[in-house]
Amino acid sequence: MPILEHNGSKFTVDEDGFLTQGMEEFNQDWIDYVKGIEGISDWTDEHQKVVDTLQEYYKKNGIAPMVRILSKTTGFPLKRIYELFPSGPGKGACKMAGLPKPTGCV
Amino acid sequence: MAILKADKLGVNVAKAPSMLTGAIPKKAWCDTPAIFKPGNYAYPAKKEIHEYHQKNLPQAIGGVPRDWDPEKDDWLLPDGWEQIILQGLKERLDKFRSLKIFMDCCVRCGACADKCHFFLGTGDPKNMPVLRAELMRSVYRNDFTLGGKILRKLAGGRPMTFGVLKEWFMYYYQCTECRRCSVYCPYGIDTAEVTMMGRELLHLVGVNINWILEPAANSNRTGNHMGLQPHTLKENVEYLCDDIEEVTGIRINPTFNRKGAEILFITPSADVFAEPGIYTAMGYLLLFEHIGLDYTWSTYASEGGNFGLFTNNELMKKLNAKMYAEAKRLGVKWILGGECGHMWRVLHQYMDTMNGPADFLEVPTSPITGTRFDNAASTKMVHISEFTADLIKNGKLNLDKSRNDHRKVTWHDSCNTARGMGLLDEPRYVLNSVVNDFHEMPENTIREQTFCCGSGTGLNTDEIMELRMRGGLPRANAVKHVRDKYDVNTLACVCAIDRATLTSLMNYWNPDVQVAGLSELVGNALVMEGEKERETGLRFEELAGKEEGEG
Repeated sequence: MPILEHNGSKFTVDEDGFLTQGMEEFNQDWIDYVKGIEGISDWTDEHQKVVDTLQEYYKKNGIAPMVRILSKTTGFPLKRIYELFPSGPGKGACKMAGLPKPTGCV
Repeated sequence: MAILKADKLGVNVAKAPSMLTGAIPKKAWCDTPAIFKPGNYAYPAKKEIHEYHQKNLPQAIGGVPRDWDPEKDDWLLPDGWEQIILQGLKERLDKFRSLKIFMDCCVRCGACADKCHFFLGTGDPKNMPVLRAELMRSVYRNDFTLGGKILRKLAGGRPMTFGVLKEWFMYYYQCTECRRCSVYCPYGIDTAEVTMMGRELLHLVGVNINWILEPAANSNRTGNHMGLQPHTLKENVEYLCDDIEEVTGIRINPTFNRKGAEILFITPSADVFAEPGIYTAMGYLLLFEHIGLDYTWSTYASEGGNFGLFTNNELMKKLNAKMYAEAKRLGVKWILGGECGHMWRVLHQYMDTMNGPADFLEVPTSPITGTRFDNAASTKMVHISEFTADLIKNGKLNLDKSRNDHRKVTWHDSCNTARGMGLLDEPRYVLNSVVNDFHEMPENTIREQTFCCGSGTGLNTDEIMELRMRGGLPRANAVKHVRDKYDVNTLACVCAIDRATLTSLMNYWNPDVQVAGLSELVGNALVMEGEKERETGLRFEELAGKEEGEG
């Protein structure tokens, strides 16, 4: 698995650039790194809210929430989530929050 | 990875050399090597997922759990891997008579050659079904037939080498086991079963893909592909009930793991997780409420899909068995199955000899109409479309078709239900009862001749998106035909992989066409007792005549 370094932190990532150790390796440097690849210039409270919601849900359920649940919990319509994370809730927000990709018939 | 724009890729498919060789092949097929590069292969299984399966099924999942790269020349295979494959092939030739026949009886008439969506989309000769099977047949001839043992290459034989293994990994993962080719084969050779055997043999030496093995591991451990734990599954279904209440004003309170229910309902877990499957699930919930069905969901048998079918028959058997174990535990009379594709191939073609007959269950009889489903006398499992068609035929549903008037619909026959179990007319009967505007795609692309979504058998992963869009092109092209001719805006189907992958396919080739499960359209049309006036459909889309600013 590739290892990448950013601001002195080391991260193990999978082929699609998701953290293989998940939230264990998640830190501010990771946020800073993904901001760069996602093209997010200003980190706002709204970004933070999406990340917090995802992590909290993941701790309880071991999986990312349904997109509709993410929208309802944060109060952000899907369109807004795409504005915050241009790659979308899965490839953008989940990657940022250190969640794995969902698999199966999706 | 980024792929070409649709207009460019379309020209490429028609005019450019094959995708994988990148040139018009100048040498014989067996002298043209398989070359792996980003975008033409799915990622290998994660080490810990490989380990997990090996612990559970050591006889089926071999090799060394490891990080390996298909693009490298060393796949870190176990010592003596050639012998492991040959021994595995020998065992399977003895065990599966079909394999022996399929290895022996091809006359190379070529009827299958241009019937494969991957051949049409990639232009790669090795995606002709005859040649796909030849990749294994050549090894079979070399080591298992007298002529081949003596004459070797002259008799079309070739030894098992690393180059052959690479070909197998490439082309047995560019087949979706859709079986369209077998419809045209005068001998009825089922290339899907050749692919299944090819994948089984690859698993013996630890050559695999993550997109199949991880869902299979989740299903074995948690009960479903997504890895939804019991409380999450329940919450998700209840969340869908909240949405139903918002649209219809009706509160539904389904039960979970309820002993003594008459019927156990099993559907793909994506139906309670991802769009547009969740709208299909809302349709089921409304239907069962409408007829007052005595049924239960299960958080253990919480997956219709069975990625064992794409891996190894032992794993398929194990994952299939949990449905029946749960039916027994709950004491239900029979099982009702949702809109899943490959679950039905497992059910219809393999369940009986793997885990059946399910004698502890009763022959399914609809509690609403009294119809006995003798076609399911052995498996005791009925498809939701058969069940719904019977309800409609007996006048048990109050339907308002006009609520689907915002949709001009065409029907995609999902490969596994159409060719795998002959479910052709029931969904059409249902569709005609719930929508006013239904148009068939051209006849050589529907019913038994239906074209695959291009991403079945666990090939619905994003890293091979170009391959998926190429493989799905014949299907997308037929949809485009009815879109251009009749303004079709909805592609309906009964398969969870379809719902996910046709959505990507339509977004790419026909961006104005949405994908919907049949039960979603049923749910839209159902007039519920005590409901409020519907302003929107189940996905909160505007209904015809209810657009803002109009009456």
